This record gives sequence, structure tokens and C-alpha cells, in this order.
Amino acid sequence: MKDTTADGVALTVSGDAHPRGYLEEKGFWSWVYTLDHKRIGLLYLYTTLFFFLLGGIFALLIRIKLLYPGQQIFSDHMYNVLFTLHGSVMIFLFIIPAIPSGLGNFFIPLLIGARDVAFPRINLASYWVFVAGILVILASLVRPMDTGWTFYTPYSAKTAADVTLLSFGIFLVGMSSILTGLNFLVTIHKLRAPGMTWHRFPLFIWGMYATSIIQVVATPVVGITFLLLAMERLFGVGFFDPAKGGDPVLFQHFFWFYSHPVVYVMILPAMGIISEVIPVFSRKPIFGYRAIAYSSLAIAFIGFLVWGHHMFVSGMSKTANIIFSFLTFFVAVPTAIKVFNWIATMYKGSITFESPMLYALTFIFLFTFGGLTGMFLGALATNVHAHDTYFVVAHFHYTMMGGTMMGLLAGLHYWWPKMTGRMLSEKLARAGWLLTFIGFNVTFLTQFFLGYGGMPRRWAEYPAQFQPLNIVSTAGSWILAAGILIMFVNFIRGLYTGEPAPASPWKGLTLEWQVPSPPPTENFEEIPHITNWPYGYTKRKTDGYE
Amino acid sequence: MGTSEPKAVSGANPGEHAAHASPAVTYEAAKLGIWTFIATEVLLFGGLFTTYIVFRTKFPHMFHADYVHLNRVLGAVNTVVLICSSLTVALGIAAIRKGKQGMLRLCLVLTILLAAGFLVIKYFEWTEKFAHGLYPGTDVFFSLYFMMTGLHGLHVLAGMLVLGAVLVLAGQGRFSESYHTPVEISGLYWHFVDLVWIYLFPLFYLIG
Repeated sequence: MKDTTADGVALTVSGDAHPRGYLEEKGFWSWVYTLDHKRIGLLYLYTTLFFFLLGGIFALLIRIKLLYPGQQIFSDHMYNVLFTLHGSVMIFLFIIPAIPSGLGNFFIPLLIGARDVAFPRINLASYWVFVAGILVILASLVRPMDTGWTFYTPYSAKTAADVTLLSFGIFLVGMSSILTGLNFLVTIHKLRAPGMTWHRFPLFIWGMYATSIIQVVATPVVGITFLLLAMERLFGVGFFDPAKGGDPVLFQHFFWFYSHPVVYVMILPAMGIISEVIPVFSRKPIFGYRAIAYSSLAIAFIGFLVWGHHMFVSGMSKTANIIFSFLTFFVAVPTAIKVFNWIATMYKGSITFESPMLYALTFIFLFTFGGLTGMFLGALATNVHAHDTYFVVAHFHYTMMGGTMMGLLAGLHYWWPKMTGRMLSEKLARAGWLLTFIGFNVTFLTQFFLGYGGMPRRWAEYPAQFQPLNIVSTAGSWILAAGILIMFVNFIRGLYTGEPAPASPWKGLTLEWQVPSPPPTENFEEIPHITNWPYGYTKRKTDGYE
Repeated sequence: MGTSEPKAVSGANPGEHAAHASPAVTYEAAKLGIWTFIATEVLLFGGLFTTYIVFRTKFPHMFHADYVHLNRVLGAVNTVVLICSSLTVALGIAAIRKGKQGMLRLCLVLTILLAAGFLVIKYFEWTEKFAHGLYPGTDVFFSLYFMMTGLHGLHVLAGMLVLGAVLVLAGQGRFSESYHTPVEISGLYWHFVDLVWIYLFPLFYLIG
């Protein structure tokens, strides 16, 4: 038996006329004005990875400060600034845009058999709006933020830090996110190759589709919220100020109405990547295609109804608390459906452990941890105990860094050969993975214990009894940093001296593997006709699959 | 493992795709795009409408005492002005569907003039409020009034710019019976801007 390809045929990989594919054209302006979704995707990817490193440096500084229980190394104010910058940079400039705008831009048209997104100019505009937002945010560093990334009023309305400027910056970044989401929605609806029905496109597309819906629906609300916050500071508008009859809890409602769904903007594309990687490296058709596809939509939908679980102790009514708690448990169901289906896909497969698969398995392992500890926080009684402690910090990092970040890394290692036309060093990739995995768990597993023992989050100083575990956690952050350093060395090495990549190094069946690496500017010489789903993998035979 | 027969890929429609998109696909994509964009705009204003509901429930007396300061006559005139502008933009679309270039240009000019008229009237309303010492920070009612009419005013301004760009293109004769997607798209956006005002007017001027 032979593997079937998505369109039932292996397209002939065309000529060597442009071995550098879409990267052929050189020069600064060819990137600034590019309308090619692949180049725009790369611009996003490089920008967001830069801010990942920057946010990581802030994180290391926070951990160094927390080596000591008292006021050492940084002042308390500086500590407030550091954790605010770490949160804001990581959330708004890295983890929200990285997969959708970076990998999504690059791979959505390739995976659905299109030549580009629906609105290439809006796509380019969204990148430059994003950059404008970044510049405004950087300008606000003159009087850096100290409110935490959640900007809770009334403090954010009063602090001397430049919240107004930062609000406008985040408004712009949000606008870019909306434009990207809108573009993808229309692209997925209108530009699929002939024959690619809704149940034939790859699950990454389903993940991105659900993501785009959230971006389009939720982001405007946080936009208006930040606008109101800025107006509060500029003109004394008083919606969130109790002294003027306003209500600070209203800000929290608005903020979390966006910021909870947006964690699904972070995680759904990562889940999409995992759904691509698992079948390829298990050589088995994905188990439960429709269940995985619809659970993405279910997560997007239910995800809009759970924001109140951030506010159990903010003074909502008991009824509201109970409803939000119930819905929070409910949203775990579609997530669990995905996890079970991935495991069922691997069951009796011929699994190999190349770096993308290592990261994908890490995702499943760590995200399950993160998800289950979420149950502690979603339950009303335990929430009161764990609220605003390091338990929340650990939970969040297990879902976001253990989840989204590992998903992104799986995607980067999986698609790197396609994007750059060069292979990564598998040896370095594995070394980077091992240190990242160990470092991550040492850093954040300890924080569950710290939090359950009562160490509050965001406090610059803490009771001395927590010091030993904090030292362990900080040591873990250094192992983690070493892992990420190796990973980036591998990326940069791969860019310059990596082996030329074949069209399909992992023998994947989705459409992107049927064009050369890197793909030509127009993606497909001829648009393929799709007659089948892209998961027709068969088992590796002992006489060698390849 | 459902191996399907290799199928010839030649003759697939490269014309169906963005880089060389066919007019039909471009049109459908633009339509879906603008409706999605309008949905995001509804949610942007939705945050403010929610705020309105919250505070109206909390301070019914304040709303009752404050709304008398608003100028109902100017508000009503502005409503008529905007409804007329929706009519002219719709007439413009109807005209270009029949290929009437001149009529399209006339309708676009009228729409832009009506929009400008709306903003001028709004300007007089706002200055009158300021003259009476009513500012965005006065109380929650005026916070809402200035925020919502202000954001709506910005949308009117944006609409004028968009319609202005379409007018320039119309002047170059870019549109015809068969191709007028930008006219329709900007027209839809303009109807949305009008519709927001149709809600703002009763909420502030009529129900005390």
C-alpha cells in the first residue's frame, strides 16, 4: 500500500529555475512592500520571536529578583515594571500573534491550495499596523508600566506610568489582529482549492478558523475598553472610577470578555499544529477528524462564556459565580476530546521521535497538567484558596508556555524546512528540547507547590519560608534559558548552513509538502484538485517506508 | 487506506485564486470581508452600548435630569441628514449598476456633503455643551454622550474619506455595470454608520 496524498497525486516538484523559491528576490524594499503571504508570515514570525527573547529576559530578571525574599537587586517598583513588561510583551507581542499571524499567514494558503490570502494588501497593512503598535508601546517605556498586564482600574487610571500611550499601542496591535483574523476567515471561506470541502481540509485550518472567529469577535471589545481607559485618563471620563459613580468591576468584565477568549486564540492554533504533527509521525490517519474539528468550534464558542472565572473574588453575585464555574468545567470537555483523539491516533501507530514529535508530545503532557490544574481554579471553593497565588502563575505557564509555546516549537521544527528550504540539526534540536523540557518543569512545577503553600503572585517580597523552592525555580529558569538558547542557535545555524531541504522531509501528505522547499512565490504551478482528506497515512513497513 | 486514483491536475482553475482572482471570487470575498468588518464594528460600539445599559440601570435619575440639556431639534435634523445620505449612496449604487457614471458621481458628492453637514451640526451641538460647562468628565451621562457621539463622529469622518476615495476612482471612470465592488462595499459601511446614529438618537435625545 502506498500513502495517498491530499489530492490523490504527488505533484511533480517543479524546476530548479528558482531554487530559493519565494525568497529569490532580495533587498530591504522587497520585504517592506511584499504582498506575499509567506514573506509577511516570516516578518511576523521574526518580529514575534524577537519579542519572545525580550520577554524571556524580563522573566529571567524576575526570577533573579525572587532568589531573595526581601528587597534585593531591584526596587519594588522596578519589580512591578518587570513583571508588567514580561506579561505585556509575551502576551500582546508574542503569544497572541506568533502562531496565527506567523505560521498561519505562511501556511493557511498553502494548506488550502490557494495562491495567497483573500486580501494581500490588508495583510501587509496588518503587519505595519502591528509594527506601529509596537513603536507606540515602546514609546510608553519612558514612564514604564507598573500595573501588571491586566491594567486593572482604578490603579491604572491613576498611576504615573504612561497607560494612555500604552492603551493606544495595544489598540493598534488589536486592530492588526482583527485584520488578520478577518483575512483568514474570508480566505478559508472563499479561496479553497476545488474539491477541498470543509471536511477535507487539514485540522490546522479548523484551528485557525476558530481562532479567527475569536479574534474578530473579541478584539473590538478590548479595543473599546482600552479606549475608555485612555479617555478616563485624558478627559476624566468616569466609567471605571468609583468616585465618579463608575465601577472598577465593569473594567474587569470588559477586559476578561476579551482576555479569556484570547487564551483560545493562543491555544487553538497550537492544537491545530499538534493535530498535523501527530498523524505524520505516527504514520496513522488522524483519529476522530470531525470530533477534533468541531471541538475547536466548541472551544471558541464556550470560551466566550467563561470570562467570569477570573473574577470569583471580585464581588460578583453567587449565582454568576456558580454559572461561570459550571461553564469553566464545561469548556474542558472539548479540550479533553482533542487530547483523547490525539492519543487514539498514536495508538498502534509506528511512532518516530523526531524533534517536531517530541514537542508535540510535550504539548500533550504539559497541557494536560495545565488543564487539570485549571479545574482547581475553576472550582469556587479551591479558587478562593489558590486565587492570586503562584498556583495561578504555574497553571498559566503550563497552559501557555507548556501548551502554546510547545505547539509553536513543534510547528517551527516541523515547518522550518518548508519555510527556509533548509533542515535544522536534529541533534541540536533534541538537545534544545531536552533542556527546555527539564528547565520548564523545574521552573514551574515548583510554583504549584509555592502557590498552594500560599505564596502570593506579584509580590516583590515574600515570607522567608518560601525561599528554598524559589531558588529551585530560578535555577530551572536558567536550564530553560539554556535550552532556548540552543534552539535559537539551531535556527540561526539552519538559516545559513543547514542542509538543503527536500520537498517533504517528514513525508507529510498535506498540500504544503507537495511544492518545493521553499515554495515558489505563486505556491502552486497549477491549483490542485482535491479528492480526499490529507490523512491517508499507512504504517511504516519493516522494509522501509522511505 | 482509500488510495484514490491519481487525477490530472491540469485544467484546474488558477484563475479562482487571489493572485489572479476572478471578478466573481473577488466580489464574494469583498462582500464577506465587509460584513465581517461591520461585525467587528458592532462589537466595538457594543462595548459602549453595554456601558450605557449598565449606567442607565444604575442612575436612571441622572439620565432623566441630563437628557433635557441635549438639543432635540439639532439631533432630529442630523437624523434626517444621515438618512438622506443613506438614500443618496443607495441611489449611487443603483445608478452604477445601470452604468450611469455621472449619476454615481453626483450621488457620491451629495453623500459626502450630507456627511459634512452632519459633522458641522455636531460641532455646533458640542460647542453649545462646552459653553454650558458640560464636558466629558461632567458625569457618567455626558461621558457616554461624548464618547458615543464622538466615536460615531470619527466613523462619519472615516466614511467621508472612504467615499472620497471612491469618488476619485469614479472620476477616473473605474466603475461600470459589471465592476463596482468598491462602491457597494463603501456603501454598506456607510449604511452601518447611519444605523449606529439611528440607535444613538433615541437613546440620548428621546428617552429621558
